[in-house]
Amino acid sequence: MSLVERHDSTTAAAAAWDGGTGSVGDYFALLKPRVMSLVIFTALVGIVLAPGGLHPVLAGTALLCIAIGAGASGALNMWYDADIDRVMTRTAKRPVPAGRVTGDEAFAFGMTLACGSVLMIGLAVNLLAAGLLAFTIFFYVVVYTMWLKRSTPQNIVIGGAAGALPPVIGWAAVTGSVSLESIVLFLIIFMWTPPHFWALALFKSADYEAAGVPMLPVVRGAQSTRNHILVYSLLLAPVGLTPTLIGLAGPVYGVAAMALGAVFVWLAVDVWRRREGPLATRAAVRLFLFSIFYLFALFALLLAERLVTLAFSGALFGWGG
Amino acid sequence: MSDDRIVLSPEQKKRRRTRSIAIAVVLAALVVLFYAVTIAKMSVNLEGVGG
Repeated sequence: MSLVERHDSTTAAAAAWDGGTGSVGDYFALLKPRVMSLVIFTALVGIVLAPGGLHPVLAGTALLCIAIGAGASGALNMWYDADIDRVMTRTAKRPVPAGRVTGDEAFAFGMTLACGSVLMIGLAVNLLAAGLLAFTIFFYVVVYTMWLKRSTPQNIVIGGAAGALPPVIGWAAVTGSVSLESIVLFLIIFMWTPPHFWALALFKSADYEAAGVPMLPVVRGAQSTRNHILVYSLLLAPVGLTPTLIGLAGPVYGVAAMALGAVFVWLAVDVWRRREGPLATRAAVRLFLFSIFYLFALFALLLAERLVTLAFSGALFGWGG
Repeated sequence: MSDDRIVLSPEQKKRRRTRSIAIAVVLAALVVLFYAVTIAKMSVNLEGVGG
């Protein structure tokens, strides 16, 4: 058999293999970069706020590992959820449901990054941070994605713990411990997650219903979801103030957190009042968008206050603590 | 001799090449990172020794 003939005869076998078509951009998309950016930011705040010091190279490595661990969680989530992502308009163009990356490729990519990031932070920083990162990935992939997401309307309430852990990991990377302050940072994100995702679910409930995901609006209806959003918003506003109350943040943060919390509650009341029509959808969209700004603003203020304090104390460019 | 080898299409070959380059870049970055982490940990430990 000549080489040309042999090439022709193997083309049929090649057509049966659908892998190897993913671009670098597709693999980057598997990391859920937008979610990752929030994780990086909140973890950075945990690192900067933590007392003591960590060598800048080690702090950067911790942040990189937390980011890659979050990306690994995203890739494993997309591997497992490809069937429901294919049904929802918001997620149908993701690399796995769109067929650009196979499930096996996404799984291998996610597992490699998960193991690598945990190993690296364990070797370079400390074992507590590694344990917390491993737990976060496990919680997001196994507890949230594989179990809660498809079985209970409280999925994002409990699953939100995974998204709330990055500042705790950042804090643990510096101090080697988990303290009240890092738990407060955890609680802010934990209490923020339900109203944020329920606001999204209110105007994307058809998507979730088609995919069979038991989000609150699908299972209990829009009104019950609005009640839940209002209750969680009322709880979130005082939790947002806690950093000032325990001395983790100063009065500037306190005043801003109070104002931002009041706007959050006001928008939640607006969602609760407007029950039908385009105005109801608009209110949910507004709350969803503001919730992103709210969390970013709170953590940015915490970061800014800490950096200003460090600059005045002359410790900004030292890492000895 | 079996002929069940996978033959990549030109598009698959092109994407494999870009992925290979990306992997090379990541590996080179890891070398730099491991070096920097080693030096950083050594300097932290030496400071501890020095009091």
